[in-house]
Amino acid sequence: MNTEILSRIQFAFTIAFHYIYPPLSIGLGVVLVIMEGMYLHTGKLIYEQMVRFWIKIFALIFGIGVATGIVMEFEFGTNWAVYSRYVGDVFGSALAAEGIFAFALESGFLGILLFGWNRVSPRVHFFSTIMVALGSMFSAIWIVVANSWQQTPAGFKIEGEGMKARAVITDFWKMVFNPSSMDRLSHVIIGSFLAGSFLVLSVNAYYILRKRDLEIAQAGFKIALLVATVASLLQLFTGHRSADGVAHNQPAKLAAFEGHYDSLAIADMYLLGWTDAKNQKVTGFKIPAGLTFLLHQDFKTPVKGLNAFPKENRPSARAVNFVFQTYHLMVAIGMTLIGLTLLASFLWWRGKLFQQKWLLQIFAWSVLLPQIGNQVGWYSAEVGRQPWVVYGLLRTSDALSQSLKAEQVWFSLIMFTLVYALLFVLFLYLLNKKIKHGPVDFHVEEIPDNSRRDNPILN
Amino acid sequence: METILGIDLPTWWFLVLGAVLSGYAILDGFDLGAGALHLFFKKEESRRIALNAIGPVWDGNEVWLVIGGGALFAGFPVVYATIFSALYELFMVFLVMLIFRAISIEFRSKESMIWWRKLWDICYCTSSVLLALSLGLVLGNVIQGLAIDQNYTYMGTLLDLVNPYSLLISVTTLALFMMHGAIYLVMKTENRLYAKLTILVKNTTIFFVLMFSLTSVATLLYIPHMVARYKEVPYMFAFPVLAILAVANITRQISRRKYFFAFLSSAFVTAMLMILVAVGLYPNIILSTIDPTLHITVYNGSSTEKTLKIMLTFAAIGVPLVGIYTSFVFWTFRGKVKLDETSY
Repeated sequence: MNTEILSRIQFAFTIAFHYIYPPLSIGLGVVLVIMEGMYLHTGKLIYEQMVRFWIKIFALIFGIGVATGIVMEFEFGTNWAVYSRYVGDVFGSALAAEGIFAFALESGFLGILLFGWNRVSPRVHFFSTIMVALGSMFSAIWIVVANSWQQTPAGFKIEGEGMKARAVITDFWKMVFNPSSMDRLSHVIIGSFLAGSFLVLSVNAYYILRKRDLEIAQAGFKIALLVATVASLLQLFTGHRSADGVAHNQPAKLAAFEGHYDSLAIADMYLLGWTDAKNQKVTGFKIPAGLTFLLHQDFKTPVKGLNAFPKENRPSARAVNFVFQTYHLMVAIGMTLIGLTLLASFLWWRGKLFQQKWLLQIFAWSVLLPQIGNQVGWYSAEVGRQPWVVYGLLRTSDALSQSLKAEQVWFSLIMFTLVYALLFVLFLYLLNKKIKHGPVDFHVEEIPDNSRRDNPILN
Repeated sequence: METILGIDLPTWWFLVLGAVLSGYAILDGFDLGAGALHLFFKKEESRRIALNAIGPVWDGNEVWLVIGGGALFAGFPVVYATIFSALYELFMVFLVMLIFRAISIEFRSKESMIWWRKLWDICYCTSSVLLALSLGLVLGNVIQGLAIDQNYTYMGTLLDLVNPYSLLISVTTLALFMMHGAIYLVMKTENRLYAKLTILVKNTTIFFVLMFSLTSVATLLYIPHMVARYKEVPYMFAFPVLAILAVANITRQISRRKYFFAFLSSAFVTAMLMILVAVGLYPNIILSTIDPTLHITVYNGSSTEKTLKIMLTFAAIGVPLVGIYTSFVFWTFRGKVKLDETSY
């Protein structure tokens, strides 16, 4: 394998692994704010225990998110030096803004969240929780803005030639509000709310099935269900907006989403399928003219197909099928989440929410759905952009560090694979342990001597 | 070229970057140093206290690295791209060590088995030491320059990076952080651990003063371009003089047992050392050892004035904000460490 493909694998692997954690932090942040708000409002012990428990889980997730996130910030320079020089003037400012405005806020206040219970007043603690939640969302804003600029560059001009060519900012706000940034940002944030709220739903469903800590688990489940229901419905809207935007700004990518080749044809929408590059068609279940209708609200307008683009400017045949599959999986998951949350909300309204054992069993595993959805959604966004790293401007194959050799990337790739595998196993082990331990530190009947609770050495 | 207060924008950004990186060295310096000393503490309780002394702040300290990386990318993309691709293996190991260190701190307290805690203690200490050493290696290579050609491509090998001078800077950095970390810990501890740390403070200070002198001599003898600026502009001699006075003041404050002032002094020394390097390099950032006309300077390596202006606005708003909540966090966790149910 050559340096380029190795570097792409390494970047894809490290970013995909990293992306397990930030969406959980963002979503959990919102749920935490509601939980702690409830605690301050009612003063009830169950909410305090709930908040303390989830802050511990948050810390675990956040810790790994930070550790794997710093890798990303440096990897642009290590493996993609030409890219970094090319986009630095534009992309760098968004990344720096993330560090100074978002990440600093989040990390600073996290210390108080975790260790400040006995040192600050409940109101200051609540304020810190809000700051952490906001900080994690600000991070998403800047990162998605930077990525969206790669998808739909705006507010810049190109200076210089050859190795010295670079994109230069002409209008900062045009760069920030480039054609795709707001659609994609809302889609990513709502996807994160789903990731976080479904983690809370899963864990609480597990407790309810085990008939333990019922009061806390049921109250927590309801808070998360509220967030999840609103988010899953909103995701339908932001998803549609995003697809619409892709149709306008990156038609080759949209055509790849649906495996649509012929520009003169009315475009169908597939529910399931397999693309056949040779015959340029898709085999599967489809809604005839579905894509045409979604984009143009009629049944006769043709949609630009892959054939409208020279071969070297559109995703390869293999990439088209990959994007087709990941995109459809994402949509299917989105629909499933809507079904699940609406059904649960309906049962809640009828007062039967916790009586359906099978539904709780589904919820206990449901955490995987938004995780997979977020991952495959990004795969289709990033692979669908190929062969460009900056759409229409810079090819991925031209973006590589010139001094880099394949064996260097082998070294780092193997190292990251081993370390991340270890990290993931430890993460699951500790998460599992915390969940098994539960939200209540000491059950009252278990401790005859109440003073033990304050003994720091035992904890 | 546009100027603010008579200083052009690339130079302003050079100053901001220097300030952020110095902030990082001062802040993460003490927690890396504390980590490097970790295995000197033998008892479980001592180790927990040492860990909790940095517990609420280490993550915030590392933020300065993230800001520094972003500041470099945005303001000097050519420097960012060149140095990270040239020092590839070094940065990869650095990143993996950052991960190991973070998880050691997080995971250690999650199980009470002795082997588990011992394992993470070793991991925490080793990664802290290696992080300090690799930061020093980077600095050592920046001081000496790199073999870069006209396309900013590094033409050397890994072995060129690990040379006697950069190894010397590397160990000096470790010594500085160990001293800085020991002084921080002595402020946060009581009783027997405190007594132990007073001895560690003395030993690490001796270690640092020794390394500092060696580095100074080696630089004067072997790195003429770092000395040139001080010959050109004599009043720049104020910086090395201040650095030496500050080092002397550390030893004075330690013997008076005024550890807070010793800590301020060692923070000041850290900043001074960064300034010494910056003054020696400016206006270059990366020196090309192939051809002096290929040096990457603050002018040919920087972003456009428009971006620099945006970034300076960000810094003017952001840095005071970060300062405010960093101070708030440090103030909240002031005083000696007391273990409670929220501790590691």
